[in-house]
Amino acid sequence: MWTLIKTSFHKLGSPPTFYAFAGTLVPWLALLTLGLMGYGLYGGLALAPADYQQGEGFRIIYVHVPSAWMSLFVYVTMAVAGVVALIWRMKIAEVWITASAPLGASFTFLALVTGSLWGKPMWGTYWVWDARLTSELVLLFLYLGVIALNAAIEDRRTAARACALLAIVGVVNIPIIHYSVEWWYTLHQGPIMANPANPTVHPDMLWPLLMMALAFNLFFFTLVLMRMRTELLDRERNSRWVEEALT
Amino acid sequence: MGMLAAFTGVIRRDLRLSLRHRGDLAMALLFFVIVVCLFPLGTRPEAGLLARYAPAILWVAALLSTLLTLERLFRSDFEDGSLEQMLLSPYPTPWLMLAKLLAHWLSTGLLLVLAAPILALILGLPAKVIPILLLSLLLGTPILSLIGAIGMALTVGLPRGGMLLALLVLPLYAPVLIFGANSVSAAVDGLPVQGPMLLLAAMLVLALTLAPFAIAAALRVSVE
Repeated sequence: MWTLIKTSFHKLGSPPTFYAFAGTLVPWLALLTLGLMGYGLYGGLALAPADYQQGEGFRIIYVHVPSAWMSLFVYVTMAVAGVVALIWRMKIAEVWITASAPLGASFTFLALVTGSLWGKPMWGTYWVWDARLTSELVLLFLYLGVIALNAAIEDRRTAARACALLAIVGVVNIPIIHYSVEWWYTLHQGPIMANPANPTVHPDMLWPLLMMALAFNLFFFTLVLMRMRTELLDRERNSRWVEEALT
Repeated sequence: MGMLAAFTGVIRRDLRLSLRHRGDLAMALLFFVIVVCLFPLGTRPEAGLLARYAPAILWVAALLSTLLTLERLFRSDFEDGSLEQMLLSPYPTPWLMLAKLLAHWLSTGLLLVLAAPILALILGLPAKVIPILLLSLLLGTPILSLIGAIGMALTVGLPRGGMLLALLVLPLYAPVLIFGANSVSAAVDGLPVQGPMLLLAAMLVLALTLAPFAIAAALRVSVE
C-alpha cells in the first residue's frame, strides 16, 4: 500500500492532473458507494435475523462499527499523508489532511452517538467511562485539534504542514491512549472481528456489516476527493489551470 | 563550542532568564496551589471524600499549570528572534530543544513536585503515599513539558494561541494523567504501584527520545 501511495502521488502530484483524475473518479465511487450501502442496509436491517440477546437493537452496529473503524482509518491516512507532506512537500498530501480531518471527526462523532443510543437500552445508560468510549472521545478531540489548528493559521501551506505534524504526533499517541484507558477500565463488548478465520458472528449478520464497512470506506473516499477538488480550486485560484478548468 | 557546551549554555541562559522573571515562576506555582484549594470549596470538605479524589485533583492541577507555563518556553525567544538563531545554528535543533526543556522543567515542573507534598497533606492524603506521589510527579511532569512543547512549537507563531494550545495538548496528556493519578490511588489502596510507575517511566523515555525531533520539526513549520 505504501509503494502504491507513493507512486500514485508521484504521478498525481500536480494539482491539475489530480483535479481531472479525481473528477472522473468521483461519480464511479459514488455509484459504488450507493450500491454497497443499499445492499448493506437492506441486508442488515431486513435480511439479518434479530440477535437472540439484543433483539432488533443490535442493528445499529451496521452504522456504529463501520463508523468506528473509519474513525481510526481516517486518522491513519492523515498521518501517512502527513509524512508524505512533510518529507516530499506534496501539495496533494497536504490537501488530503485538511480535507479529511472534518470527515474523520464526523465518523468519530457518529460512532459515539450511535454507541450511546445503543448503550441506553443495552447497558441502561447513555455514557459509561469505558476504555473504548473514552479513547474514541479522545480521538474526537484529536480531530478537533487538527481542525482548529488548520483554521487558526492563515497561510494554507503552513497550516497544512502544522496539521501534518500534529497528525503524526497524534498517531504515535493513539495506541498509548488506547492501551492506557484499556488498562484503566473496560466494559465494552469484545471485538467481534478478533479472529477472521473463526468469526463469532453469523454470516447473515456479518456480510452486511462487511459491505457496510466497505461502503463507508468508499463514501469517505468519494467525499474526500470532492473536498480536495474544492480546496485545490481555492488554493490555486490565481493559476491558469483553474481558470481553464472552470470555463 | 562543543555539543555539550552548547547544551549547558542553553540551560544556563534559560535558567538565568527564568530567575530574572521570578514572578512568572511564582505565578505558575500559585496557580497550582489555588486550583487545588478550590476543589474542597466545590464539594463538602469531608476528609475521606477529598483524600479519595486527591490524586486526580493534584494531577489535573499539575497538568493545567504546566499548560500555562508552556507559553514562556518559546514565546519571547520567538519574538526577539533568538529562536530563529537557534534553528540556524550549527547544532542539531532537537539537542538544543532538549536543553531548553530541561531548563524549563527545572524552573516549573520541579517546583510543582516540591509543592505537591504540602497540598497532598491539605487534601488529607495519607503521609505514607507521599513518596509515591512525588515519584509519579517526578516521572510525569517532564512528559507533560515535552508533549506540551510540541503543541507550543506549533502555535508559537499565532497571536492568540492559548486556547488552541490547550485543545491540542490536553487530549495527549490523558495517558500521563491515567498512570500518574492511578499509581497514587493504588498506593492509597495498598496495591502495588510498580506497574503504572514503570509505564510512566517508559513514556518518559519515549517522550525524551521522540519529542525533541517533533518540537524541532514543528518550530521549522512555525518559523519559516
